[in-house]
Amino acid sequence: MNLVYLVPLFPLLGFLINGLLRKSLSKSLIGIIGSGAILASFIVSILLFLQVKEQGALPVEPLFTFINTGTFNIGFAFQVDQLSTIFLLIITGVGFLIHVYSTAYMHDEETKHFGRYFAYLNLFVFSMLLLVLGANYLIMFLGWEGVGLCSYLLIGFWFKVDNYNVAARKAFVMNRIGDVGFLLAMFWLLQKLGTLNYADVFANYKNLSGTDITGITLLLFLGAAGKSAQIPLYTWLPDAMAGPTPVSALIHAATMVTAGIYMIARSNILYTLAPLTENVVAIIGLATAILGATIALKQNDIKKVLAYSTVSQLGYMFLGLGVGAYTGAVFHVMTHAFFKACLFLGAGSVIHAMSGEQDMRYMGGLKKWMPITNITFLLSCLAIAGVPPLSGFFSKDEILAAADLHNPVLYWVGVAGALMTAFYMFRLYAATFLGKFRGTHEHHLHESPAAMTIPLIVLAILAVVGGFIGIPEVFAKDAHWLEHFLAPVFAQSKALQPEHLGDATHELMLMGIVTVLSIVMIVWAWRKYSKYQPAAEEETGLGKVLENKWYVDEAYNAAVVKPVNSFGGFLKNVVEKSGIDGIVNGAGRFVQYSARQLRLLQSGQVGSYLLFMVLSIVVLFLIFWNQGIIIAFIQKIF
Amino acid sequence: MIALFLILIPLFAGLVAVFVNSGKGAKGWSLIASFATLALAILSVYSTNHNQLFFNGAWLPQMGSNFSLSLDGMSKMLALLNAIALPIIIISTYRNDYKNPGRFYSLMLLMQAGMMGVFLASDSLLFYFFWELALVPAYFLCSMWGGERRIPVTFKFFVYTFLGSLLMLIGILYLYFKTPGAHSFALQAFYDLKLTQAEQNFGFWMFFIAFAIKMPIFPFHTWQPDTYEQSTTAVTMMLSAIMVKMGIYAVIRWCVPVFPLAVAKFDGLVVVLSVIGIIYASLIAIRQDDMKRLIAYSSIAHIGLMSAAIFAGKEAGLQGVMIQMFNHGIVVLGLWIVADAIEQQFGTRKFSQLGGLAQKAPDLAILFVVMAFANISLPLTNSFVGEFLMLNGLFQYNWIAAAVAIVSIILAAAYTLSMVQKIFYGQTSELTMQARDSAASVNVALAVLVVLILFFGVYPQPMIELTSDTVKTLLAQVKTF
Repeated sequence: MNLVYLVPLFPLLGFLINGLLRKSLSKSLIGIIGSGAILASFIVSILLFLQVKEQGALPVEPLFTFINTGTFNIGFAFQVDQLSTIFLLIITGVGFLIHVYSTAYMHDEETKHFGRYFAYLNLFVFSMLLLVLGANYLIMFLGWEGVGLCSYLLIGFWFKVDNYNVAARKAFVMNRIGDVGFLLAMFWLLQKLGTLNYADVFANYKNLSGTDITGITLLLFLGAAGKSAQIPLYTWLPDAMAGPTPVSALIHAATMVTAGIYMIARSNILYTLAPLTENVVAIIGLATAILGATIALKQNDIKKVLAYSTVSQLGYMFLGLGVGAYTGAVFHVMTHAFFKACLFLGAGSVIHAMSGEQDMRYMGGLKKWMPITNITFLLSCLAIAGVPPLSGFFSKDEILAAADLHNPVLYWVGVAGALMTAFYMFRLYAATFLGKFRGTHEHHLHESPAAMTIPLIVLAILAVVGGFIGIPEVFAKDAHWLEHFLAPVFAQSKALQPEHLGDATHELMLMGIVTVLSIVMIVWAWRKYSKYQPAAEEETGLGKVLENKWYVDEAYNAAVVKPVNSFGGFLKNVVEKSGIDGIVNGAGRFVQYSARQLRLLQSGQVGSYLLFMVLSIVVLFLIFWNQGIIIAFIQKIF
Repeated sequence: MIALFLILIPLFAGLVAVFVNSGKGAKGWSLIASFATLALAILSVYSTNHNQLFFNGAWLPQMGSNFSLSLDGMSKMLALLNAIALPIIIISTYRNDYKNPGRFYSLMLLMQAGMMGVFLASDSLLFYFFWELALVPAYFLCSMWGGERRIPVTFKFFVYTFLGSLLMLIGILYLYFKTPGAHSFALQAFYDLKLTQAEQNFGFWMFFIAFAIKMPIFPFHTWQPDTYEQSTTAVTMMLSAIMVKMGIYAVIRWCVPVFPLAVAKFDGLVVVLSVIGIIYASLIAIRQDDMKRLIAYSSIAHIGLMSAAIFAGKEAGLQGVMIQMFNHGIVVLGLWIVADAIEQQFGTRKFSQLGGLAQKAPDLAILFVVMAFANISLPLTNSFVGEFLMLNGLFQYNWIAAAVAIVSIILAAAYTLSMVQKIFYGQTSELTMQARDSAASVNVALAVLVVLILFFGVYPQPMIELTSDTVKTLLAQVKTF
């Protein structure tokens, strides 16, 4: 028995136990089962990781045949290689910490809802593991839609609130738009190659024409844009903040939203062969990075700031993928998982202390009451702002350096976004933790319990040191451990990519400039917002546009949602009722008129109809049992 | 003899039930009979014995018509659906009281017998006989136990399907007189006909319109939402879970293999109509305020995809249709059960008067959410594999058709989740404030369906294997032209 099956099995069991027994188990038992399941998966993941590190990718063995129609055969198979084990460690590791955190954060829920929460969370981890472990696109898709389901269930976790339900539905529907692309890409692959297994697809890419590859990669990217909240499908992610905060940390920051990056990194050879798609990915990624950053500058809800920051950071990852820096993108997935999970959990800790308040205009000075939350939040802010030698510095720099080699314009625009990141993060930090408390319930403020602070500490440590697994060439030769580890996954692409050799002094110089500028932004934001007093008057001009998120939601409503609804109404009330059914009823009336002439034959008594029917059946069966004797008799008469 | 008894049990049980006066007695009797049929249907799935799966008795030998029944993969699957559905329907509506229960359950059983015959008959006259045997009880069930507008609605249903039946009868006779020698009504004799293109075109439309009305395909569908809405829900379940499959089954069994040249000529037209119907019905579903009408339009959209996949004619797509006929029946049954439970309790199906039910009926909410996600074909529910295969077949036929049809999975998510939200989430309404949790009988029926949904969602391969013989035979038959 292969160890890998245990990894998703534990969360699945956790889901079933907590889901079915949620009314009879105690809260502490639910918490232990929920978290324990993920811990068990994490331990097995470490074992698998060590195994892969020793001997490379493990052989793929189907557990059972999922679909075999004769023309194609899709197995339920798992693939354990360098890429999937990295994701396994992130998902189960960060996932475990967030489960532990949740035991305290969700403690005020009724027991049955507490159980429901952990059941959903375990189901999410199960789906996410399926997504990264699948050895073919279809298994990935099972997980892909599975995480979408869990996201829906958890965004709408507090189902009494209508807005939350609307947000949940929006998330699912927008994801579905992306999924259409994913499905079509699979059909295309099946038509051309007759297989969805990664190994077979990547080995036979030569059988695909240029159009095929471009089309398939663009469609897959549509899927990725839905799941990973890229333009034009990003608007669901900020609304998804309606869910409990640990959910935002796990699903809407650290893991699920990085599925698109995983998918493209997994299909790297196809993307490398499709320069058009690569450019689209890079430009959309960069545009999303900038868009997200500008909106984050003007949000007042701490979770919204972090949400747009996530949208923006995901954009950087896509920029990395688009310029062929696959390792850099995966690296940023990892460091982002650490610091963004830490930031969201920190925000949760703040919200917990503020009894549910999320608006930072009513916060301030929390440092005094929440020392651990404060320090971990500060470290994560420094990490995401790209201050060396914290983790975000290395991963973001790797993406930007690759973008620079590709096209300096991408680089400088990317840097502009990075500077905005430094600014809005420290606006958030300073307005929340520094200065004077601006809220009303000062006596409620308290540091969160250990179950919440310990995950914060662990994540903050990782956010600080996590970057050392990817030290760039300019600092030390061959010190980029992650690149070496992932090399087999990206080997095919590497062979096709032209060898870019950056100029070391140029790279160091740019690094220095960006670092200095980032620190300037940090200091600026720090000074400006540590004495923050919310403005009484409304924002005007650009500020108002940013506060209203560039009015994209309004535009989508006017351009898509409303027209679809009114077209549906037109079909229902006009085409269906007066058109098609009108014709049918007209024909019907004609028949009815004719029938009136024949009505005398019908008694209208249902009983007699029934009797006739039964009699006829009996007669027919008599005919049958008598082998046609009656027919012969009738024939004799005539 | 399994084949014969699959029909005889519900037939005779139905004839007996007429004479039962008490509600309890009629329910109990029909439940026992339906379980016997179910046991037999399950047996047939595992049986490979020729004598059990085929039956051939003389019926009207002078006319070249035999009482011949056969069970291949597709027939087994639909017989199984038919046999599973009735006990589920009876259990889930066990608390309901229908006036004249003896007649009601008698008609339900007769309808089941008729549909069973349709799925088994391999003689066209016999097929026609069962087709009508299934329809006549349906008319009575609709017109006697339905809602306020049941009479005009049933009349429309009757005229529409009767027109179809008439055309089919003409088609059958037309083919009959084309058969060589002493003429024959046998399916195989029809398969062996080598008709010219013009002959096929005529025959095709005679058969196809009958089946298109039954499925229904856009624009022959308007009888369906009305009928589903006005019928009492137990009857709606029979119509929607099983009877629409008669149309799909008949196209695969009696139309495509007999008129392949005509199919090759008109496939584009049918695919376009089907795809229009998918989007059209989905868009209308978005605007419904009545739960039954929403499910009706959703079902039209799903059926449209099946018809598109049939006429796309690709192996994967046909395989998808095979398993989706079963899976759609299971899922839609679940949706109707919830609709009935809600209507029985609150006397309304209007979303605007419901809401917040998850607080009052958490078990029903969970079961319904599973149904809802099966209705939008979430992976690892049973409908996913079917839709994946059908869309894949359609894509191979014409990628534009597939790209348009696939938009329905977005629309399905929109209307299904909004239905879930309006009924179960949010604050309770005046009506739902006092709600009770659903009855145990409803939950049991739904739980059985949920198990089926998840089991065949995770492990669909047995269904594919069961029906692959039908697909292969069909494609081989089409190829002979």
